[in-house]
Amino acid sequence: MQELINIFVKSIFIDNMIFAYFLGMCSYLAVSKTVKTGMGLGLAVTFVLTITVPVNYLLQTRILDKGALAWLDPSFSDVDLSFLSFIMFIAVIAAMVQLVEMIVEKFAPALYSALGIFLPLIAVNCSILGGSLFMQERAYSTIGQATAFGFGSGIGWLLAVLAIAAIRERLKYSHVPPALRGLGITFMITGLMGIAFMSFMGIKL
Amino acid sequence: METNKTKEALFSKKNRKLLSDPMNINNPITVQVLGICSALAITVKLKPAVVMSLSVIVVMALANVITSLMRNMIPNRIRIIVQLVVVATLVILVDQVLKAFVYDVSKQLSVFVGLIITNCIIMGRIEAFSLGNTPWKSFLDGIGNGASYGLILIVVSFFRELFGNGTLYDYPIIEKLGLYELGYHNNGMMLLPPMALIVVAVIIWWQRSKTPSLIEKD
Repeated sequence: MQELINIFVKSIFIDNMIFAYFLGMCSYLAVSKTVKTGMGLGLAVTFVLTITVPVNYLLQTRILDKGALAWLDPSFSDVDLSFLSFIMFIAVIAAMVQLVEMIVEKFAPALYSALGIFLPLIAVNCSILGGSLFMQERAYSTIGQATAFGFGSGIGWLLAVLAIAAIRERLKYSHVPPALRGLGITFMITGLMGIAFMSFMGIKL
Repeated sequence: METNKTKEALFSKKNRKLLSDPMNINNPITVQVLGICSALAITVKLKPAVVMSLSVIVVMALANVITSLMRNMIPNRIRIIVQLVVVATLVILVDQVLKAFVYDVSKQLSVFVGLIITNCIIMGRIEAFSLGNTPWKSFLDGIGNGASYGLILIVVSFFRELFGNGTLYDYPIIEKLGLYELGYHNNGMMLLPPMALIVVAVIIWWQRSKTPSLIEKD
């Protein structure tokens, strides 16, 4: 349990998707104009990451890894399908996003209208595929760890987008040099926040 | 297919514009704000940045041509999945080539080669351009956008490697110039991830002061 909490906290603060790896920057810049839209996409990203990372973990360990197919038949034990992982992961993500969209639309119409246009966008959000690829690279040993990592990364992304959206709303009242307005100043602030987040480095529970 | 009598030359003025526009007034990173995700994490050194740029150019040009050839066959509703499959296949090819020929760089790039799939610039150009244009034009558009994406990557990594590490393409240039004996020190901060954002911000600042038409209105 302690290990899970450690992975969770680590993926929020130290390996933050935005401040440490710049994943999902495109949608981060696009939706951070107001807190409300930021919240919407942030929740959707957290939701999808929490689902796709464990699913891709199962896919990776049961089918794609070298020798992972041995449960099917012992003669498959030297089959290595890991070169297929990109296409499998992205297919799972695209399918999951579609599925999540349908389920949410059916059972939680209020949430659906809040997330609305953001759900389909998620299939091409780098942080989702990035979550799965990091899971593959770091080789988590249980599905619990993979889930904690996915959930933590999503929360980290949500945190980052909320923080920048709040700052950008206040930024309207300040005098920014014209050429830096909009995109430029957002980049700089993200950089400064990244430096602030680096102070979390080395935290261990 | 060619309705106008004079067949358009391969490198007509309009086609050349497809190549040159992305360099400045329609730059994918600083103006269209696409493809930033993977652009910044791999700019610590020039070598991975160059390899990454080449991979993106190859994937983009081919993906644009393939989707452009299929543009009349793809049903509108499932086009995103079709595009993702095309791009993912190309990225797998690039990844295998990198692993075979430049293994150390491929290790440094780690997950970011895979992330070319969701690089918004590729999906963005397919959606915005190649689904409505002929293969040759899409090819030029892919090369133009890929190259200008690479240009930003290389500029950023040039500054970060020079000031952060004192080398250029692993060549110890500062040491050879003898600046260390004069008391010069490398700025280790340039190697940290946040500095990539600040370098890009400075590039945007510079570009927009030169081209005032790009300045955003509130």
